[in-house]
Amino acid sequence: MTTTTTLSRMQLSQHLKRLESESIGILREVVAEFRNPVMLYSIGKDSGVMLHLALKAFYPSKPPFPLLHVDTTWKFRDMIRHRDEIAARYGVKLLVHTNPEGVARGINPITSGSQLHTQVMKTEALKQALDQWGFDAAFGGARRDEEKSRAKERIFSFRSAGHVWDPRNQRPELWSLYNTKISQGETIRVFPLSNWTELDIWQYTRAENIPVVPLYFAAPRPVVERDGQLIMRDDERLPLRAGESVQMRMVRFRSLGCYPLSAAIESTAATLDDIIAEMLAMRTSERSGRLIDSDEAASMEKKKRDGYF
Amino acid sequence: MTSGAHTEVTVSPAGAGGPEKALLRFLTCGSVDDGKSTLIGRLLYDTQLILEDQLTVLERDSRRHGTTGAELDLALLVDGLQAEREQGITIDVAYRYFSTARRAFIVADTPGHEQYTRNMATGASNCQAAVILIDARKGVLTQTRRHSYICSLLGIKHVVLAVNKIDLVDFSGERFHHIVADYLGFAKALEFSSITPIPLSARYGDNVIRRSGHMRWYEGPTLIEHLESLDVGEGLEEKPFRFPVQWVNRPDLDFRGFSGTVASGRVRPGDRVVVAGSGRESTVARIVTADGDLSEACAGDAVTLTLADEVDVARGDVLAQSDSRPEVVDQFAAQVLWMIEEPMLPGRSYLMRIGTRFVPARVTSLKHKTDVNTLEHIAAKTLQLNEIGFCNLGTASPVAFDAYPENRETGAFVLIDRFTHATAGAGMISFGLRRATNIHRQALLVDKSARTRLNGHRPAILWFTGLSGSGKSTIANIVERELHALGAHTYMLDGDNVRHGLNRDLGFTDVDRVENIRRVGEVAKLFVDAGAIVLCSFISPFRAERRMVRELVDAGEFVEVFVDTPIEECKRRDPKGLYARALEGKIKNFTGIDSPYEAPESAEVVLETRDGPERAARHVLDALREQHIITY
Repeated sequence: MTTTTTLSRMQLSQHLKRLESESIGILREVVAEFRNPVMLYSIGKDSGVMLHLALKAFYPSKPPFPLLHVDTTWKFRDMIRHRDEIAARYGVKLLVHTNPEGVARGINPITSGSQLHTQVMKTEALKQALDQWGFDAAFGGARRDEEKSRAKERIFSFRSAGHVWDPRNQRPELWSLYNTKISQGETIRVFPLSNWTELDIWQYTRAENIPVVPLYFAAPRPVVERDGQLIMRDDERLPLRAGESVQMRMVRFRSLGCYPLSAAIESTAATLDDIIAEMLAMRTSERSGRLIDSDEAASMEKKKRDGYF
Repeated sequence: MTSGAHTEVTVSPAGAGGPEKALLRFLTCGSVDDGKSTLIGRLLYDTQLILEDQLTVLERDSRRHGTTGAELDLALLVDGLQAEREQGITIDVAYRYFSTARRAFIVADTPGHEQYTRNMATGASNCQAAVILIDARKGVLTQTRRHSYICSLLGIKHVVLAVNKIDLVDFSGERFHHIVADYLGFAKALEFSSITPIPLSARYGDNVIRRSGHMRWYEGPTLIEHLESLDVGEGLEEKPFRFPVQWVNRPDLDFRGFSGTVASGRVRPGDRVVVAGSGRESTVARIVTADGDLSEACAGDAVTLTLADEVDVARGDVLAQSDSRPEVVDQFAAQVLWMIEEPMLPGRSYLMRIGTRFVPARVTSLKHKTDVNTLEHIAAKTLQLNEIGFCNLGTASPVAFDAYPENRETGAFVLIDRFTHATAGAGMISFGLRRATNIHRQALLVDKSARTRLNGHRPAILWFTGLSGSGKSTIANIVERELHALGAHTYMLDGDNVRHGLNRDLGFTDVDRVENIRRVGEVAKLFVDAGAIVLCSFISPFRAERRMVRELVDAGEFVEVFVDTPIEECKRRDPKGLYARALEGKIKNFTGIDSPYEAPESAEVVLETRDGPERAARHVLDALREQHIITY
């Protein structure tokens, strides 16, 4: 009854231990109360921590729900490889969904624009998947420290039929007495990592030896400089504009999404310790490389109302 | 110490350093004018959590929405949602995260207006300390008292009195001491274990992170020094062991564990524990985690326990220390804060969540409500949104709890509306009402099943609901006549025979309607227990009350008959001339006119007008046969 992680495990700080326990409590609560839960797995570092917590929460049982990845077809190739490795390694069921209408309409982040692409290939696709499998609760890895409108998100976030989020009409959440009751057609999104910060995620990842996508570590990668951001050319689909050229630069990513919409930073941080050290010195926020957040004023809040995670 | 403010309270010395301090969750209370958002913005800014790209946005937003002229408006950093950014108020609870070298903090940023009392209570429920803002120019206001009372009610023990905008009163020590004396006089009754007054200016940063050069007379800690060193140990580990079972962990037939988070106390393998509800005892065999078995788990740890014996344990049960058990009762007194627009009605059934347990519950009586501004007790029949009342509650089955002041983990509950599923109320248990427990367990020698055998039919409540004039009583009378002819034991309860006696003291307000139905339900239940088929004919306009009666009896013993006559037809019939008088405004609260009727969603029998009373009655009798209430 020992796990392979035990040997290399470092002593968790009191702070991380508390966060871990809180998240485990949330994961268990959903499994105890909902008919058909699912875990949204976006392959990033937060998803990695969330999955790790799920493996712990139900031990010695396996997590009693599948993972769902909404694939926009524009994820980094390294992400897809990592996703499939993880699913195989932990023996968890992985569901992958892509919006077929979006594919048929040829929606992509380059010519359709980031807004339309996100709306169709992520938000709509997610709603399709939730409806198709009839999930009544979905775990997401969002954290409150990521963005202002997320700061007010509930841990158990209620969605009326049609996946609508109404920020004026959320259920108050007192103590840890979560209200898990919903009516037919309504769903709940649950955020077990609500109270974690980016630093907590990395420190926990290091302490628990959680595998992450190699893109988080610095390496020479082919990038183009565009509007002041470094965009990695992960495949031939990214057309070069006049005057642009692909250069090999030592870069890494703080946040991973669709590759044309995720900017890299120049860095030499090649280990988890380097990343943590770099973060402590860093003067920009994590989502600054996420081009979709600044599309329009109060951008994230609007996307969330539409059903984005 | 020159402030003279610490005379009655303890203040931990600032800058104590030492080992890692546990995470501190605190809330900030104050109205928008007190500079609350500015203070949080200042904390984030001065602890360097504001990053370059966020600063760019802030500069842009300050020009567009700011209220500070050319300077950065730090409040804009924290006012999250679009609507409130435009209105300049904080409408929800937002959580902020920052840390210093010594401690990590979670700030619950809550609005201060009276109409947001529920948001403040929500924030306070998970906090160990509160920073209460006062505008130095205005001093202790009504809202200061309100905020302090809510903090105290939710069990917060440590308060920082942040006397803000001290720059606007020329950094006057005299003014500060005056405000502090004023506050301490009032706060005596609230039982805080520490009150720490600090003069500061959030806008300019004086005494927030940086010690102010303008207030030589103040020798106490800065806000951050105080928060870093505050010892908030609630002593949960030292309280008796409580473990609400969250999930039964059963990967295969060989393993049966109980997963949950230790609410209080500590547990080791070998400890004697009791299932609070059933009183069955066992011994803890193992404390299982994915990282290996533990030799001890304490408050806050999420673990899985296995027991040495096969004991019946399910989600919702509480495992407790054998020699120090929680109370187990079905009636108790509690403070209740109401959180939805629809008022709390005594007698109505709600779903209570306490620990990991969901149980139907109702407020049996509202003793008084508390004016949150003056703390006066006021007689009341209902609680409106944001009101706080002291209530007696009854649950459908006994629950385990500790009084909230003793244990915030096991003494709190929420009430959920049974139709909308909104979180309707938050409660803090004061004490159990033992009287009720004793009455509850009268074991009877001749019981319902014995009577049923003798009668030759099963007992039931036939509940006729519909508008006034819909024909309920007419149909019910025919049904009773037929049942009697078949040899069944029957009794009829209707508005006329009940309102003249048992319920003579009740009127037609929503509260009284709920109580009317509750009493009828209880009487009907006694008849069911006696083995009779009891026919109840009541408008009973609210789904919640009909459901409450349904739940009083066993499954299959409640038959809801919806006499679905349209209101136009009822008005046309108007057998007692009531509609005419209601339409003239001579009768108030008349169902269908100025009081709503909620049609049943899944009645066992629905009767339409065209059936006529005799045929309608036959439908009812057929339904009784289908449900095996009568067999002939």
